[in-house]
This record gives sequence, C-alpha cells and structure tokens, in this order.
Amino acid sequence: MSDVLLAIRGLTKAYPGVIANSDVSFDIRSASVHALLGENGAGKSTLVKTIYGLVRPDVGTMALGGRPYAPPEPRAARAAGVAMVFQHFSLFDALDVAENIALGMENPPPLRDLAARITEVSHEYGLPLDPRRSVGDLSAGERQRVEIIRCLLQSPRLLIMDEPTSVLTPQEVEILFRTLRQLRDEGMAILYISHKLEEIRALCEEATILRGGRVVATCDPRVTSARRMAEMMVGGTLRTPARTSVGGGEVVLEVASLTASSPRLHGTALRDVTFSVSRGEVLGIGGVAGNGQDELLLALSGEMRTAPGMVRLKGEPVGTCRPSERRARGLLCAPEERNGHASAPDMTLTENAFLTGRVREGLARRGLVNWGAATRFAERIIQSFDVRTPGPGVAARSLSGGNLQKFVIGREILQRPEVLVVNQPTWGVDAAAAAAIRQALLDLASQGAAVVVVSQDLDELMEISDRFAALNEGRLSPARPARGLSVEEIGLLLGGAHGMEVAHAHH
Amino acid sequence: MDLGGISPILLLASLMVASTPILLAALGELVVERAGVLNLGVEGMMITGAITGFATAVATGSPALGFLGAAAGGAALSVIFAVLVLWLKSNQVATGLALTLFGLGLASLIGQGYQGIRAPSTARLDIPLLSDIPALGPILFRHDWVVYLGLALVAGTWWFLSRTRAGLTLRAVGENHDAAHALGYHVLRLRFLAILFGGACAGLGGAYLSLVRVPQWTEGVTAGAGWIALAIVVFASWRPLRLLLGAWLFGGISVLQLNLQAANVPVPVEVLSMAPYLVTILVLVLISSGRGRARLAAPGSLGQPFHASR
Repeated sequence: MSDVLLAIRGLTKAYPGVIANSDVSFDIRSASVHALLGENGAGKSTLVKTIYGLVRPDVGTMALGGRPYAPPEPRAARAAGVAMVFQHFSLFDALDVAENIALGMENPPPLRDLAARITEVSHEYGLPLDPRRSVGDLSAGERQRVEIIRCLLQSPRLLIMDEPTSVLTPQEVEILFRTLRQLRDEGMAILYISHKLEEIRALCEEATILRGGRVVATCDPRVTSARRMAEMMVGGTLRTPARTSVGGGEVVLEVASLTASSPRLHGTALRDVTFSVSRGEVLGIGGVAGNGQDELLLALSGEMRTAPGMVRLKGEPVGTCRPSERRARGLLCAPEERNGHASAPDMTLTENAFLTGRVREGLARRGLVNWGAATRFAERIIQSFDVRTPGPGVAARSLSGGNLQKFVIGREILQRPEVLVVNQPTWGVDAAAAAAIRQALLDLASQGAAVVVVSQDLDELMEISDRFAALNEGRLSPARPARGLSVEEIGLLLGGAHGMEVAHAHH
Repeated sequence: MDLGGISPILLLASLMVASTPILLAALGELVVERAGVLNLGVEGMMITGAITGFATAVATGSPALGFLGAAAGGAALSVIFAVLVLWLKSNQVATGLALTLFGLGLASLIGQGYQGIRAPSTARLDIPLLSDIPALGPILFRHDWVVYLGLALVAGTWWFLSRTRAGLTLRAVGENHDAAHALGYHVLRLRFLAILFGGACAGLGGAYLSLVRVPQWTEGVTAGAGWIALAIVVFASWRPLRLLLGAWLFGGISVLQLNLQAANVPVPVEVLSMAPYLVTILVLVLISSGRGRARLAAPGSLGQPFHASR
C-alpha cells in the first residue's frame, strides 16, 4: 500500500502499581487512517502521549520516517511533524481563535498574517473559522475545528485524533471525515482513536487493538464487524442491551412550556420546552452539548427553580421544589460531569452515596449521619453495579471514568426512582461499562420507572429510547418514536431544521 | 479654586505619588494572577522590600541601590511562596496569608536598628520645559524617577501581555494550565518567574513608602497597602491599563482623606482613615455581585494547584 511512517517497537511504560503499555509494537503508514482501539485503561492515552512526547517510555523505540524518534517534549514532536487533536480540547476560552492557534505552533507568524492563513486554510478544508472570535463563544464543533486547523498549519506528517467525534452532530462528523479523507489523500498519516466502531469501519484502513496495555489484535476494520472488534477490545462476548417493553403506563413526569434563562455564563436559555414521560418508558433527548442540556437537567433536578406548573410530577406541580423534596417524591437526577457535579471527587464513595441517598435511604437521623447505613448503601451500589474499587472508603476521584459513572448511576437506580433523569450516562466510558449502564437503565424502565436519557451519543439513544426528541438552541422538538428514525432525520432535528429554526444556527 | 484650603493641583500631584506604591505592588500581583497564581502575601513582600530597601539605601547612601535591594528582598520572600505553592503544592490562600505574617515579622526584626534614621533622598526629575507647563507641569512632570518607573512598568506589562509571545504563553498558563501543559509549555517555570516578578514589584512598592513617602523606617509602614493592591487587581479585571486607573482612584482617596483631615472637615478622623478601605470593600462587592461578575473574566486557573499528571 504505502511506506511505514511511524514504526513502534516494544514500547513499555509502567506507573507505580500499573503497567500502562507492555511491549507495544505496530506500524502506521503514510496516506492511511489507522485506528487505535481499546477500552478505557487499555493504555491508548499513554501510548499516544508517548508518541506526542508527553510521556517517555521505559523501554522501546520508535522510528519516524526511518529515523530514530524519541521526542523529549511536545515541541520536539511537533518539530518532527507529529500533531495532535486532544479529546478534552486543549483550548483557552478567554483567548481568541488566532491566539489559541499561535500557542500550538512552534514559530507562529505575526497574528495578522496568522489570521489570514487561518481563514485560507480553514476554507481549503471546508472548516470555516473566524480568527477573531473568542473561543469561549464557539460551539463544540467549531472548537474542534480550531484544534484541527492548529495542527494543519504546521503541515504535519502524522495527525493524532483522540475521540474526535464524541461532541459532533452526524453532519459535523460527515464534514470531519471528508476533511480527514482529503488529508489522507494528500499523504498524511492519521492515528484515529475512538469508541465508535461504526465510524472506524467507515474511515480507517487498519486497526490496532489494545487490551491491558498490550496489542491483542490487528484487523482491517472495513471487513471486520463492529461486534467482533468490540469483543476483541473487551476480550469476551458482549451483551447487547435487551429489554422487555412495558409501555403504555400513566404519565409521571410532565414538562409544560418550560422557559427559563440560564444561570450560567455562556449558557443557553430554555425556550418553551414541553414533553411528558410515562411509566416504563425511556425518552431519549439528543442534541449537541451546549444547546440547553445542562439547563434542562438543572430545571428537572431542582437546582434551578421555575414556575410551579412547568414541571409536574404525578400531576403535582414541583417547579418550585428543592432537589431534596423532588427526591423524596421520586424524581431523581444524575447529572453529567461525574467528577464535580455528580460526585464530590475528593470525598469517599460512602460520603458520595450519602449525599444523594440521604432522603430516600434514610441515612441521617436527627441531623446525625448514620455511617453504618451509608457504608452499607455504598457497598450495595459497588456490588450491584460491578464497580471496580478497593472499597467504599476510597475517594471518588481515584476511580476510572467508567467505574465512577457506574457508581453515580447505580446510586440513583438503587434508590428506586419513579422518574430518573440522566445526562450523558456513558460519556467517556468504555464499551463494557456503557453496555452495563444502558442495561441498568432499561431494567429500571421495565420495572415501571420513567427514564429520561439526555445524551449526545445517537447510537446510544437509538438503542435504548422508546421515543426521541432533540434539543436545539434551548428548544425541544416534538418527541417521535425512536424506531424507524433514520440518521439523516435525526441529524436534521439536531441541526435545528424543525419549526422555525434554520440549519445554519451554528455559524 | 480651593476647596476649604485644598488645592486641586497639589492634590492631583500628590495623587501620582500616593498611588505609586500600590500601583507597583498591584502590577506585580496582576502578572502573578494572570499566570494563574493567587499570592495573598503582597503585604508581607511589600514590607520586606521596604526594610531591605531602606537598609540598603542607608548602607550605600544610594536610593537607587536601595530600590534594587528592595526588589531583591521582595523577590527573595516570594521564592519561599513559589517553592511551597508550586512544588510542594501547598494551598495558595493559606500560604499567601502566612507569607504576609512572616514578612511583617521579618521586617520588624531586620528593622530593629533602623528606627529614627532618615533615608537618603531620592532624586526628583524636573523635566525641563514640560514641568513649567501651568497645572500639568506640577501634576505630571515634577516627580521622582520611581513614579515614572511605575508608569513605564504599566505600559511595559501591557505591551508584554498583549503583544509578545511570552505574554501570550503566560496568559494561556493562567487560563488553562492543563491545556498549556498538554501543548508542552512549562507551567511551573513560567509561574515561578511570574511570582518572582510579583515579589520584586511588591518590594519596590514597599521601598517607595520607606524611602520616599515617609521617608523613614517605622514598623507597619505599609499599613495595609498590600491588601489594597490585591483589591485593585480585581477592580481592574486583570488589565494593566485599568490597573492604573484603579491605583489613581485609591491613591486619590487616601490623599483626599489626608487633605480633608488637614482642612478640619467636621468628620471624625477615624472615619476618614477608614475611607480607602471602605471604598475597597464597596468596589469589590459591586464588582463581584450580579451582572458585574460576567465581566470579571478572572484567569481560568487562578488559585488552582497544578499537577502535571492530571
């Protein structure tokens, strides 16, 4: 096919107590898109950081274009022609687009020339960007463009992309793929890391699969099924979430003409949001982040108060109730940001279990904490949801993303909610944990609870929702049965083509 | 026009002088906070600079060397803070407060033998022609060189932060240290340099009090100027040119307060002395309440410890 650009031989990197990479070897060819697959903790990010010069391997060598390559720091990697687009965007909100791009370059031209270059390159690759805008005001898709343009301006030979599509709409993904294919055809090598196996099948020619820090398999994703790849990642067979549909129950949560301004800086106001959920039903709410998801969660959980009748639980107005009152009545929420919002990172699992379980599990009596009961509750969560941790006494921060997410969701499910609202339940979670969380949500619904899942992952919503609605610019589309919705239809709903909104809302 | 014996020209002229120590200290702190570090030890570094500067000036007879000694003293104290906060990851607020207390104690220890001595006087720059302009001349062009150094530093800091590559990097480190680290910038090294600069500036500000304003060594000579400097940084929303405005405003209030006392205005002296501090609190409340908060634009990583591993 083409020449090897980056040859990796026997890379090993150990941290105290864990071997992140063990004897990893593979080749990345020029003019190809190479997928790196693996669950969280499989060693992908350590490997990528090694290639980008952020981590130095204990053993092993790399060669870039036939020459020995051991970058001591990212500058050296960039100078050698390696660029990276980060999973958690490495951008500075208070700075403008041109300044952000200048920071990622070795020898940036004066800002005025750079602005012109940005405009030129961004149009060449179909990713329009205004160099003067402040990055804090950009949508997730636009922020990613900033990162990509930053890389492209340095004409790299190898472009590393870490989970690039997790925050994009299907249309934005299409644009990104078009750009990546164009780059590949120009001879660039792309190392593409993603959980989304269908995307990898559509884009990549080669895949290397990591598990437990080792290369366990390589395959050609164009001819390997997504299920097969997922099983190679997990090292076992994968269960597809299954459910016994109940449906047709009474309406428990009703949201009527919910209109509220955002309490946050750069937030999105909710505009006339109306929906209802019945017992035994899963309502999926899709949308690109920053279109009112956080505000909707705040309004449902009670962190943000509204007019009483805007939120009704079992027919009673709860719009002015505090979160603990709503919990007492059966409306439970698990927000996104497991580190910081859904959990207090530096507190133990027992303490975190107490924080939301206090009311419904009776963990406090006369103002005193019942530590025994709280510990038992935390242990119950750990056991029922297979949370991998030494015990309930460890800090929430020390858990991996998937495990903490299982804990956070399990904590609410075990409190037997009548309505459960979750935001981004599987964001940044590996395939096995994500499947377990989805299954738990479906089980909860089949036991007669109403479940609202807010997510950016459309595959997830299609898999578990009975009905689907899209949030765009703070407005919610009417809910439609999820079965039979095509990706194009959903994309249009997300892009805001419904009603009065027009698709170019993001420019 | 005289207001009860207060000459506006003299008032404005002494405003320039009165605002210089807080301007210098605040400018240093602004750079430190722009790099993402909150150093509450400004008062301690100021007073340490005040005594080391005073001692150097007395020993050498040269006020210029005195100011150099002051900058070195302030910077030396800030090294303690930098090591504790950057490498030992101690809490910035607690460490800063401790630094203030430590600085106050250290200064009075060093100052034991210096009480009652007069400092050598600092040269005044009477700029020819310009200083003869009516009104503007006395207000702007008849000060000692440190006043102009302060103004030059403001302009230089503005230029550094908004125009240079290193300034952009410094802002980036303060805005999001994780992202800056991921891009390969040396967060701790940059912060260390910023803290040194902050300490040196605070030292200069302190020495201006002990060498020019008073000019002798008395215990507690800074009298809370460091805290006002901290407040001005917030007041200025971390921008150098607004910082100048803030320093003039607060310098003006303290001068006015002295003048009102001298003019026997029928308000208790204690209330007048409280005025600058009351205004500080008032301004901070107004700025951080409600809608004002949105415009604050504090550096994103301000006050957070940086761990390279996360």
